[in-house]
Amino acid sequence: MLAKRIIPCLDVRDGKVVKGVNFEGIKEVGDPVQCAYEYNLQGADEIVFYDITASHEGRGVMLDVVRDTAKKVFVPLTVGGGIKTVDDIRDTLRAGADKVSVNSQAVQNPQLIKNGADVFGSQCICVGIDAKKIADNKWTVYINGGRIDMGIDLIDWVKQIEQLGAGEICLNSIDTDGVRGGFDLPMLKAVCSAVNIPVIASGGAGKLADFAEAFIETDCSAALAASLFHFKELTVDQVKADCKSKSIIVR
Amino acid sequence: MIAIVDYGAGNIFSVKNALDYLGFENKLTNKTQDLIDADAIILPGVGAFPWAMEKLNESGLVDTIKDQSKRKPFLGICLGMQLLFEKSYEFEECDGLGLLKGKVDKIDEPDLVIPHMGWNKLEFTQNCPLFEGLSDDEYVYFVHSYKAFCDDENLYAYCDYGHRVTALVSDGKYIYGAQFHPEKSGQTGLKILENFAKLTVKEGE
Repeated sequence: MLAKRIIPCLDVRDGKVVKGVNFEGIKEVGDPVQCAYEYNLQGADEIVFYDITASHEGRGVMLDVVRDTAKKVFVPLTVGGGIKTVDDIRDTLRAGADKVSVNSQAVQNPQLIKNGADVFGSQCICVGIDAKKIADNKWTVYINGGRIDMGIDLIDWVKQIEQLGAGEICLNSIDTDGVRGGFDLPMLKAVCSAVNIPVIASGGAGKLADFAEAFIETDCSAALAASLFHFKELTVDQVKADCKSKSIIVR
Repeated sequence: MIAIVDYGAGNIFSVKNALDYLGFENKLTNKTQDLIDADAIILPGVGAFPWAMEKLNESGLVDTIKDQSKRKPFLGICLGMQLLFEKSYEFEECDGLGLLKGKVDKIDEPDLVIPHMGWNKLEFTQNCPLFEGLSDDEYVYFVHSYKAFCDDENLYAYCDYGHRVTALVSDGKYIYGAQFHPEKSGQTGLKILENFAKLTVKEGE
């Protein structure tokens, strides 16, 4: 049986780790390479770097961060943010990432998913989604860090990206992100039953039990959190111990 | 020196990073002489079987690989493990290196997500020097859509994903193959790579 994965996410700007609450009030917390190494020691199953740098220089810094991390962290690394072209995907994988995560760019240019999967394989194309509830069991997809509503139905979108060859979905709920009241279970359930590729729960973890709850209540394959781990309120091994005590298979 | 065969397949840098981290001298190479001079050889690989076999044939290293795998520790990783077998049916029937008896075919699990991607538990079937120091509760990282079908005598570990998925194979002498990525499997993977690298030290003594 595959183990459920616990994934710490590092939001990185200009080579430094930051974490915004509801995408605002960004606060620096440290060196990404060191943070990734610590998560690795805590038993993280995968590490996600989310690059929130806009500039070209920042992009190069991000690839250096990936290169340095890949020298001392031996679990899969995913890099998201600012990936616009197949060349960007290639550069990121060559720097040492195992997967890339595409979000806004995939919404604006869905062909990026197919082109990336055709060249590098589905397993390295993760599609990140920011979505927000508009009615019961109905959500729309946002871009630009949750700022622009594209009016696209979430369920239509996830089916489309699966067909285009995405290997995984990282599903972030704008409604629960930063609120710390637990993952968005209705949204997760709806997406997990619409597709047959792994879904990572993101946005909303506020306490230990939130992780196990997502695994018990939905078919998600992994759960991701940023600030909770950054600010050392919880460690990855604490989360895993809680899951284990509830008979969830974790590494 | 451990030679990492560079024939154009991906993920060679992570294997190199892991060996560097562990402090074992290594070299990415596509040269015959390096494989002959090496104390051990690692054959990595990500991608499709026919494509990789074509690249290996173009590299002119096939005969050297076949010969050297009988003389020194040899580890195939992921697709590099699959290439050890006689045949694959990925897209089309394709001959492999034929160093181990068996074939490679699709993971046929209609109810499960394919590729088999993530951390799965090793179930050991035989003792193996690569398992030294491991507990019976070890998870390693897999990413693949095809799996090897081999004789029980060559199977050393499997994992459960619907049915058994071949995880680690060996000829009981020099040849080893890991379907998972030891270079991405945390402490467990590093331990397996270290155990492999240490075989070369023993051979050299």
